[in-house]
Amino acid sequence: MFSKIAYTLKQAFSQMGRNKGMNITSVVAITAMMLILGLFFVAFLNVDLFAKTIEKDYNVVEVFIADGADDAVKDAIKSKIEKIDGIEKIEYRSKEDAIKIMKKRWGDNAYLLDNIDKNSLPDSYMVFVKDQKVGNEVNSEISSVNGVDSIKYYQDTVSKLTKITHFIQVSAIVVMTFLIIVSTIIVANTIKLTVFNRSKEIEIMKYIGATDWFVRAPFLIEGIILGIISSAVATGLMHLIYSRLISLLGDDIMRILSVPVLSSSYLIPNLAIIFASLGIGIGTCGSIISIRRFLDR
Amino acid sequence: MIEFIDVNKNYGDIVGLSHANIKIDKGDFVFLVGPSGAGKTTFVRLILREIEADSGKILINGTDITKLTRREIPLLRQKIGMVFQDFRLLDKKTVYENVAFALEITHEKRKQIKKRVPEVLELVGISDKINRYPKELSAGEQQRVGIARAIINNPRVLICDEPTGNLDPSTAMDIMNLLEKINLRGTTIIMVTHAKDIVDHFNKRVVTIENGTIRRDDSKGEYRYEMPTDEDFYIKLKEEDKYV
Repeated sequence: MFSKIAYTLKQAFSQMGRNKGMNITSVVAITAMMLILGLFFVAFLNVDLFAKTIEKDYNVVEVFIADGADDAVKDAIKSKIEKIDGIEKIEYRSKEDAIKIMKKRWGDNAYLLDNIDKNSLPDSYMVFVKDQKVGNEVNSEISSVNGVDSIKYYQDTVSKLTKITHFIQVSAIVVMTFLIIVSTIIVANTIKLTVFNRSKEIEIMKYIGATDWFVRAPFLIEGIILGIISSAVATGLMHLIYSRLISLLGDDIMRILSVPVLSSSYLIPNLAIIFASLGIGIGTCGSIISIRRFLDR
Repeated sequence: MIEFIDVNKNYGDIVGLSHANIKIDKGDFVFLVGPSGAGKTTFVRLILREIEADSGKILINGTDITKLTRREIPLLRQKIGMVFQDFRLLDKKTVYENVAFALEITHEKRKQIKKRVPEVLELVGISDKINRYPKELSAGEQQRVGIARAIINNPRVLICDEPTGNLDPSTAMDIMNLLEKINLRGTTIIMVTHAKDIVDHFNKRVVTIENGTIRRDDSKGEYRYEMPTDEDFYIKLKEEDKYV
């Protein structure tokens, strides 16, 4: 058993050595494919996180209280809201809290708010609802209550954003599928060239009684090795690219859109597993496809 | 040992082998002769199960090889040695590696390979060239390597497809003597050849195939090479015209 494995590995490495140029070309091509695939995947995951975050954070109805309303009016509004089913929580946001949040969101430009003499932002209740139906109910029930100035519900914006993110996700899946197919074809062609180079040897092998698996195994190993090398290089490059992107844009994205981005330490190990499985899969399929026809001759 | 029972093989409209019946016993040395395209190669390819017979039975040691599954074919071939006209050695492997190759495919232990290869190279008379590459050898030496590779698994049958076709007469005789030596050790030999002088010189059984049919089966000493008559030559020309 051990000698079988050792022989197969030896054959795989020696035929890879003989076809260095073609193997390097394949690794470069597959790595490039994986990088594009990785970037789409990262975009997919971040868009997904963005969609989930805005859905969760923005499933909120902001009830603005009329200027000058006293505590009794505010309590009345609150108790009226609390009677509605499906409310997750209610947060009171005073006009002072509102300006603080705005300053935080404006970041470096927050100083502009310092020059405003009077804080014209209203007090409000942030009503977190379970779903859109409850949001609509709050909107219709509370808008006529005494002391309510206006109501702002973000659901329309959220559903539009959800549609856009869904479109981006579907496009990413289509592109990723296409890239996986292209990578498999590249490996298949590389191995086919190796098979062609070794056709005389394979013919003799078959004449003297080599089994199909004996012939196939070194090519299979070659395909898998190509896949693993490509996935390792792609993972390394993705780590560099993503870390750089995060350090350049991460803070801005968080500040402007108020949504988090996936951290490199979370993403890269997962991406490594995905790339490795993909590389092994592409290598296996590619080599099986290329040698199958030859063995059937 | 090898028996063809009413074997037929056609390639579309072309007859490969028609109603072939023959029995070759253990230890026999058989020359398979006949013009090009007569069916000799079909005969050999059927024994190796490289192609399937349309009908009939081919028994090797009592097993009908027409019934073998794809997985069983390699085991059949491991019991049959094959010697080619063009030697079919691997240029990038040394003499030792070319011969060891046949043992590697049967997953023989390395220790056993190291012991067995020099023994066989000694038998075929080429032990002094063990580390050479095929291109550094003469044609006769290359054929000896081919024979060593074919017999290293101790096959019961050795099929030689025009083994002397690329050799000068003197080297061809050396190779024939070697094959005879192997035959005397009990290996059945089926040799496809066009070499009249060799067939005449070695007093063996001769099977003549023409147009896909076994025309003659001459036991030792019975065979005499017949010059084609003018009529045969005319028929052959007419047949060739069909393909022009």
